[in-house]
Amino acid sequence: MTETPNLVAFTPERLEKVKEIIARYPEGRQKSALLPVLHVAQEQWGWLNSEVMDYVAGILSIQPVEVYEVASFYTMYHLDPVGKHVIEYCRTGPCCLMGGEDVYGHLKQKLGVEAGQTTADGLFTLKEVECLAACGWGPVFQIREQFYMNLTNDKVDQIIEDLSK
Amino acid sequence: MAKKILTEHINVPGIETFDVYRKQGGYTAVEKAIKTMTPEEVVEEAKKSGVRGRGGAGFPMGMKWGFLAKPEGVPRYLVCNADESEPGTFKDHHLMKSIPHLLIEGMIISSYALGANKSFIYVRGELMYVIRILEKAIEEAKAQGFLGKNILGSGYDLELIVQPGGGAYICGEETALLESLEGKRGNPRNKPPFPAVKGLYQSPTVVNNVESIANMSWIINNGGDAYAAIGIGRSTGTKLISASGHIEKPGVYEIELGVSVEEFLNSDEYCGGIRKGHHLKALVAGGSSVPILPAHLIMKTANGEDRLMSYESLSDGGFATGTMLGSGGFIVFDETACIVRNTWNFSRFYHHESCGQCSPCREGTGWMEKVLHRIEHGHGSMHDVDLLVDISKKIEGNTICPLGDAAAWPVASAIRHFRDEFVWHITNPHEATQPGAVYRGEMELA
Repeated sequence: MTETPNLVAFTPERLEKVKEIIARYPEGRQKSALLPVLHVAQEQWGWLNSEVMDYVAGILSIQPVEVYEVASFYTMYHLDPVGKHVIEYCRTGPCCLMGGEDVYGHLKQKLGVEAGQTTADGLFTLKEVECLAACGWGPVFQIREQFYMNLTNDKVDQIIEDLSK
Repeated sequence: MAKKILTEHINVPGIETFDVYRKQGGYTAVEKAIKTMTPEEVVEEAKKSGVRGRGGAGFPMGMKWGFLAKPEGVPRYLVCNADESEPGTFKDHHLMKSIPHLLIEGMIISSYALGANKSFIYVRGELMYVIRILEKAIEEAKAQGFLGKNILGSGYDLELIVQPGGGAYICGEETALLESLEGKRGNPRNKPPFPAVKGLYQSPTVVNNVESIANMSWIINNGGDAYAAIGIGRSTGTKLISASGHIEKPGVYEIELGVSVEEFLNSDEYCGGIRKGHHLKALVAGGSSVPILPAHLIMKTANGEDRLMSYESLSDGGFATGTMLGSGGFIVFDETACIVRNTWNFSRFYHHESCGQCSPCREGTGWMEKVLHRIEHGHGSMHDVDLLVDISKKIEGNTICPLGDAAAWPVASAIRHFRDEFVWHITNPHEATQPGAVYRGEMELA
């Protein structure tokens, strides 16, 4: 499991990045930085708890509730602790036509968890997502920024083994 | 070989770098536009080209540009919609990752035409790796004097910003996208006012799709009239089609608008036909929201004419016997596909993606998913089929944004053309719920 953040502050590098992001927008429009800054926060802490969201609200000079409502609206933000690798698999039509349901069934069996759950060793969290704009290369899942495409049971086994090392 | 406007150089090794892109003639259109043309002249070429919004709506881009309000002293914005999320659609993903400078170049030309000094590319957050590719391309273009202050010594300044989304289909709707860009939930705005008058930060704003903007380099280099000479009728130019499902060669193909559906589906240049040993059962031609068509209405219209890949031909016959080109998400189903299961799947998507602002959509999409789920899982009743049609009618046209229509059409059209299959699920629940079970009744296959 990712550790619960107790000392909430961006690393110096990330703080620089956040300042650069805020400077992109016209004066007084720093709230526009919210989605990108939440991505940076999630990169650092793995998920967004209320302390992290309050910290982001402070940096952007907005109310905490403005952060909560956004973080809970968009599906990419994790509001609960996640494992080291979050596997986000596409459950939408075209991937299912290409055998997605069988492949994901195999994946769940292999990890011994259902969508929304994390393996006991804290290595993998499974998350069901909607279309990832990769329909011609389905079935597809994503781990962080990496797309894994044209998945088969064998490929899934290989990926899980590689990431378990 | 058919005319290629967007993908001519897409397979050149290193085309994602400035140097290789430049060697292939890249950025000459920026030079031509900024050094030899006024912004009005650029807008004029876009109008002449007849290029229509490639995100799905098909509204003429030049005309949209013409609506932009220009009050004194108020900044204007161009926002590129790269929130590609319509199931079946992955063309912008392909274009941006393969040839990012084509979009950057189009953004510079379009921003110049509209008088925007700060422009945004809003990319769905899941494509973070594409965002990094675009940001690198922007840095390269800046280093070469094509972006930033005083571009090519013209006095024109432009800053280009790539904004990540957070995972929400609704942000592909242009006013939801603007809300999101302002750091809010993606709730579509009531219109009017339209973005052309009050858009980003309440300033005049144009929102265009990636593919639409990417056409601008070619249009400036060759002229709007030359672009309009390609294609057929009011479907000018080329279109990127994302082909998926039960075909031999899934992928992204650039077609000249007007090629026949039969050629697109069966020729080796494109889809390569239905996968071997199988038969065509149904087609979703323009992304998950457009009406699904059964085999007998795909190659020919109801009048017996060849069905073409164009805005007009695909919609021939209205929703009774036609569909829409939409975003060009071409999803092919063979006889192994269960229409009920697929409709339930799409319905679940729209329920999940409804922003929850309008009751007909928030509640209706949930009801449709629930009813379809029970039919698919052997608990449906005969009343449910008409109930679904009724719900879809009560959503359609009754919401702030088109997500309601997008949710209603796949359900209504599946029942319109495949009612027997729904009835079979209801009357044969045991058989229909066996793994891989598919209705094989009175169905015409091609």
